[in-house]
Amino acid sequence: MSLKLQWLLLGTLLAASGCSSLGVKPWERELLAREDMLMDAEALDLAFDEHIYFSKEASSGGQGFAGGGCGCN
Amino acid sequence: MQLSSKKVAGLLSAATCSLLGVPAHAEDDWDVDTAVLYYAESDDRVQAFEPVISATRDLGDDESLSFKLVLDSLTGSSASGAVPSTQVQTFTSPSGRDAYTVAPNETPLDPSFKDTRVSFSMNWEKSVGRNDRRNLGFNISREYDFTSISANALWQHDTNQKNTTWSYGINIEADQIDPVGGAPEPLTDMDDQNKMSGTESRTIVDLLFGVTQVIDRSSLFQINLSLSEADGYMTDPYKILSVVDNTTGLPTDYLFESRPDSRSRQSLYGKYKKMLSNKDIFTASYRFMTDDWGIDSNTFDFSYRFALSRGYYIQPRLRLYQQSKADFYNYFLRTGESPEHASADYRLGEMEATTIGFKFGKDIDEQQAWSLRLELYEQSGDSSPSEAFGQLAQQDLYPTLEAAIVQFNYSFRF
Repeated sequence: MSLKLQWLLLGTLLAASGCSSLGVKPWERELLAREDMLMDAEALDLAFDEHIYFSKEASSGGQGFAGGGCGCN
Repeated sequence: MQLSSKKVAGLLSAATCSLLGVPAHAEDDWDVDTAVLYYAESDDRVQAFEPVISATRDLGDDESLSFKLVLDSLTGSSASGAVPSTQVQTFTSPSGRDAYTVAPNETPLDPSFKDTRVSFSMNWEKSVGRNDRRNLGFNISREYDFTSISANALWQHDTNQKNTTWSYGINIEADQIDPVGGAPEPLTDMDDQNKMSGTESRTIVDLLFGVTQVIDRSSLFQINLSLSEADGYMTDPYKILSVVDNTTGLPTDYLFESRPDSRSRQSLYGKYKKMLSNKDIFTASYRFMTDDWGIDSNTFDFSYRFALSRGYYIQPRLRLYQQSKADFYNYFLRTGESPEHASADYRLGEMEATTIGFKFGKDIDEQQAWSLRLELYEQSGDSSPSEAFGQLAQQDLYPTLEAAIVQFNYSFRF
């Protein structure tokens, strides 16, 4: 496993371990339940962006799967 | 007991629905998002027109089925990878049947770029118990020289009173590449049109591990770790490289490019979202990606949604991207150089890109919303690299790419 990957894993675990003290009670969710507060709100915009930047740059994915995408230039 | 006509109608429709197996409260069972994207690059390069329709059917009991259809029409010219020259250059088209010339000191663009893509995907999401959800997806995408099929599964598990969501996903994709005129033999002379027989293929396996965490009543963050392994034909069959004279820098030959037949990528993605007391929303995300081709990239994305009156909003956005070059990226090859792999594809070079723009929209009511997005994209690299010599020293070896993005969305429920 590459050193960079180990750092990525360590960072993810550290961030995740700090999670248990955060959060709200079920009746405190009126803002978080709004559609515009979803992490994947604007799904079509995200999909268009993924397609555009996949075609123009060497990176893809992150929020979702990277995939192999299209053969476009 | 006397029944009003309204009540009778209600009872009848409920009975009909139960006979047909449709839920009686049929309101808002469908959630439909439509959008049209127009993407245009400067200097008559690529233009794309892309309509999309996505529909999600609520099946009740936290179960839904969604469908998405994308059409994508591309025209224009695309940078071939060859360097500009002080002399007229002549290239063979990918089919091997035509030729095109490029004027002195112009960036060689392949004018035969034209494609239509159709993509269809399906997704089935279902809750399992109180704290788990599973999501199964399927996608097929078809262009005249490219077919892609993929299937994915995502499992999400809530803990900590649903304040923490753990996501585990896998995506498996199989691509088939059938280039116009056949896939060229890597690093052979373009003039010889030495093509391999049959179609080419590759497979990609992606793994995703993520955590979404609620911080407080108005903010949350997400961290994803992604691993991606691609194996097979990774070369772009339409890209070439110039071989230049070691003294003058003038192109003497053009070779088809060659890339390794595997690629491992890892990325770490983080996103933070916060609603302010005035209902404005701030979103920030960052992605670090690294791969075994030598490319590292950093992507920052910020948006701020100003909530205006009567459901209107305006949302400025800034995206910053930077990548290092692939180990085998070369602006050109010198006469006598024979690397194992080489590509002059600008997308594998060292570069920076900025997207700036805004989205303006209105949430009409619970059932309808529209928005308009306008953005400008600019990508630039080192256009006068230190390795340029002879005539190359006076050429723009990494022309700046500018593009406009215009998108209109309309969503409704019924």
